[in-house]
This record gives sequence, structure tokens and C-alpha cells, in this order.
Amino acid sequence: MLDVAINHHQGDFHLQASFTAVAGLTALFGRSGSGKTTLVNVIAGLVKPQQGRVTVDGQTLIDTAAHRFVPPHRRRVGYVFQEGRLFPHLTVRQNLRYGRWFTPAPERRARFDDVVALLGIGGLLDRHPASLSGGEKQRVAIGRALLASPRILLMDEPLAALDDARKAEILPYIERLRDEAGIPIVYVSHAVAEVVRLATTVVMMEGGRVAAAGPAAEVMARLDGLPLTRAEAGALLDAQVREADDGYGLSLIATPAGDLRVPNVGLQVGARLRVQILARDVMIARTPPEGVSALNMLQGRIAEIGEPLGASVVLRLDCFGLPVLAQITRRSLETLNLQVGEAVTAVIKSVTFAGR
Amino acid sequence: MMQWLTPEEWQVVGLSLRVALWATVGSLPVGLAVAWILARKRFWGHALLNGIVHLPLIMPPVVTGYLLLILFGRRGVLGAALADIGIVFAFRWTGAALACAVMGFPLMVRAIRLSIEAVDRRLEAAAGTLGASPLMVFLTVTLPLILPGVVAGAILAFAKAMGEFGATITFVSNIPGETRTLPTAIYTYLNVPGGDAGAIRLTLISIALSLAALLVSEWLARRAARNIGGV
Repeated sequence: MLDVAINHHQGDFHLQASFTAVAGLTALFGRSGSGKTTLVNVIAGLVKPQQGRVTVDGQTLIDTAAHRFVPPHRRRVGYVFQEGRLFPHLTVRQNLRYGRWFTPAPERRARFDDVVALLGIGGLLDRHPASLSGGEKQRVAIGRALLASPRILLMDEPLAALDDARKAEILPYIERLRDEAGIPIVYVSHAVAEVVRLATTVVMMEGGRVAAAGPAAEVMARLDGLPLTRAEAGALLDAQVREADDGYGLSLIATPAGDLRVPNVGLQVGARLRVQILARDVMIARTPPEGVSALNMLQGRIAEIGEPLGASVVLRLDCFGLPVLAQITRRSLETLNLQVGEAVTAVIKSVTFAGR
Repeated sequence: MMQWLTPEEWQVVGLSLRVALWATVGSLPVGLAVAWILARKRFWGHALLNGIVHLPLIMPPVVTGYLLLILFGRRGVLGAALADIGIVFAFRWTGAALACAVMGFPLMVRAIRLSIEAVDRRLEAAAGTLGASPLMVFLTVTLPLILPGVVAGAILAFAKAMGEFGATITFVSNIPGETRTLPTAIYTYLNVPGGDAGAIRLTLISIALSLAALLVSEWLARRAARNIGGV
């Protein structure tokens, strides 16, 4: 478990943030310049904050009040940088083994073969970093950090320098890491798609402060001043496959908010997945409509009505405890006379597969 | 081949190599440390240290030699103290090595410093997060990456030592078998009647050794670069 509370001035920039990261993946999400990278650099010991405390598994890494500062090499905090930073004079195998060398023998939990298999880099071991593609480099960088058996893993926009195809190549590995590595991951990103797909917990940063923090589905469904644009706003639902294929090329998945039919994603019954429902793909009906082509409808109550923007307004529905967003026109809001607390039906035009 | 040079001349070649080798090997750790400090540390007196390191490059060699004589001569400030613990430079081959080391020092430091400044410090930070202490970071990351620069600096210093004349002759004179290196031997030949043939022979040797040093350095630098580039 990671506990951070710091107060740091750097030129005109003031970073004042605190958050806690437990098992799973905590996304530090926000625009460039919101202080995300400074925050992870503080955790890694690469930046010394003027004030604050950082603890990992109960061990204090920084406590300015007690004048305690553990140097980076004694923190056992893994760090995957945006640019990989592989050692150019070492082979992939030597890069991977580098951190292990400095890890006290009883704490070498990570096993070489397991990590190599997890990241699919077995074929690269004897090559030099210069001959690897961007995606391969980043996988090796992740492996190198893991093999130092860190207590937490920091990832600073590890996909930002890659094109979409390379991103798609790495995302599944990060998902496996989140589910199998058993250590908290702090993942810095400004890309909504990555956060939606990977995050267990989201810490939203804005201007050096934590604007919102909590479970991914909750934070991503907030209606107030987010770095999200209207087009990106939407609900996240964690689901489980109930029926792999209904004969029409659709899978039936179960979420706490209700069952949904989604295009067959090739998963077995029982497999877990995450879907996103964009606010602009949801219509509101006062009574469950009949004779419509939309397959998916969820029952819920209006929990919040957002600030109107232009002709439209976003509503947050509470569907059996889960937030679902719907973007409707102001005109419809008035015509239907929708009020907070009322029961409505969300008619869903499309559900997007967001990750495993 | 043995008859090609007289025994005295073989002695000169051997002594020159020994002096140049010791000058290079002896100054390498100091040169590495000074280059690292100049490249990485900012402190009061940085410009002064940089100036002192470069002095032998811009001062007349005779002045450097004379300063060495004042400092490390038998009655010199440091010379007397070092003599008490058995280290003598004055009029010994060790003094020739010291003079050559001092004269080659700025060249060595410049080459190493440039290569340290070219190192991507983010790689060092990455090594730190993987558990390497600052010393281990230097040994396992910085040093391998600057190796071509270190080799270049060492070869430059070696070549300078092979050709050093002014400071050497001023500090340790021109004693056959003790401090008479290639340049001073050539100079001596030119001052005796009929010495031209000997001077030519030693000149050819000198050219051959310089060329060999250059080729070795090119080869080493390419090898080191291949290791870093990883191709």
C-alpha cells in the first residue's frame, strides 16, 4: 500500500496532493502540466518535496517533518519511464537482470522466466536495445522494473511515445500485470482510453491538486469540471460473460446494473471484462419503450443533472448502485420534465469493449 | 632488427614507452575524477579548477617543467616530503613520467569530460530506481558509456607523453638510461657531429609508435561504440 501527501513548489507551480494506492492500478489522470509526473518522481525519490510524507507498506520513504529521505536506490520502487531508458550497452537479458543484482536475496520474489513469459519477450533476450521496436523496448523496460521485485510499480505515460498499433500490443500485458503482479501500480496518463481500460482507482489531477479520487467507474462518471470532454464522458461497467454467443454474434454479459448484449468479444463464459457506455450513446425514456431496435436497456434513477452546455445536458443515473451517464438535449429535459430522484429507463445505443 | 638500433637506442625506446605508459596509467584515475567533477558539479572555484587543469596546455612547457622542479625537486615543497617516504621524482624516470602526465592531463580531462557530458543522465536515474547506489551507477552505467571518451583521452595523453620535451628536460634533465626519452635523444643526436643517422632512426620509430597508438585508439573506440550502439 502506498500513501502520499506532499506540498511542493517548483517555480510558479504548486503541487499539493495526497492519495492512497492499494492493490490494482491507480491512474494519475490529468492534463499535461497537472503535476502527475512530479508526483511519481517524488514517490521514486527523483524529486525531493519541500514538505510531505510518502510511505510504502508502512515504511517511510520521505517524511520532511522528521528529516527523513530514503535515497532512490534504497526504495525498491519500480519505475517504467515514458522513453524506456534501457541501458544501450547491455543486452535485453542483462537489462532485465540489472535490478535483481541489487535486490537483497530474500526479497527477490520476481522470477526471471515468469516475467519473460508474462511480457512475451523470450525471443528478444540476446538482442541489444538499439534493435528493438518501441513496443518491445517498453515491454523490456516493464520487465526490468518488475525483476527488481519492487514493492510498488510506477509507470509514467509508458505508452505516450508509441503509435496506436504498439499501444494495442502492450495494453494486454499491463492488464495482466495489474491482475497478476500483486503489487500496487501507479499509472500516469492523460489518455482517457488508457484510464478507462486499465484503472481500478482514478486520481484526477488538475493544476497540481487532486480534483477527484475514487473507484474508476465513479470518478469517470462525475459531471463536474473534468478534464474529460463531452465526447469522452461515459460510464464504466465491470462485467462477466454469461453467454458467449447467442447465435447472432452477440455475447450476453452481466453487470450489477443489469444484463447487456454486446458484439461477441471472443471471451469464454465466466470471463471478466470492462465495457464503456458513452453518455452520447444513451437515451432516456420515462417508461420502458416498446418496439425499438436498441437491445440494451437499464433501469435507474436520476441521481444528478449536470450543468447544461450548449443544447445538451448530461444526466447521471444510478442503476443499482452504478453510475451511468446520459447526454440528452435541454429541450428533452424540459419536455419530459425530468427531476432528480425519478425512475427512468436508459436506452443504450452502443456498448464499447474497454478491456479485460 | 636488433642491429638496426644500437643498444642505447633500444634503451631510449623502452624508456619512452615505460614513461608514457606510467604517465597515462597514473593520471587516468585522477583525470577521470577531475573530468567527472568538472562535468557534473557546480561549485565555487569551478572555473579556477578548470583553469588550473588547462594551464599546462597554454603555458610554455619550460615553465611547467620549472614549476615541477620547484614543487617536486629534492628541496621542493612536496619533493622533500615525498622523499621522506621514499618517492623521488627529481632526475629519475619517475619524474619524466610525472612531467609527461602533467602535460597530457588537460588533453585527457577534456576528452573524458566531453564524453561524460554526453551521457544521458536519465539512464543513471533509471539505474538508481533499480537499486544501484551512486557508485554502482557510475561503474555499471556511466563508465561503460564513456569508455570511448576515456580511451580517446588516454591515447591522447599517451601520444603527448611520447613526444613531451620541454617540461621533461627542464624538470629531470637528459640523463642517458634514466630520463632520456625519444625527443630528448633526438635532440641530443642533433647536437653531436654525425648524429643525423641516429636522429632519423629515432624519428622513424617515433612516427611508427604514434601511428600505432592512433590505430589502436581507433580500434578500441570503434569496439566500444559497437558495444554501446548494440548493432
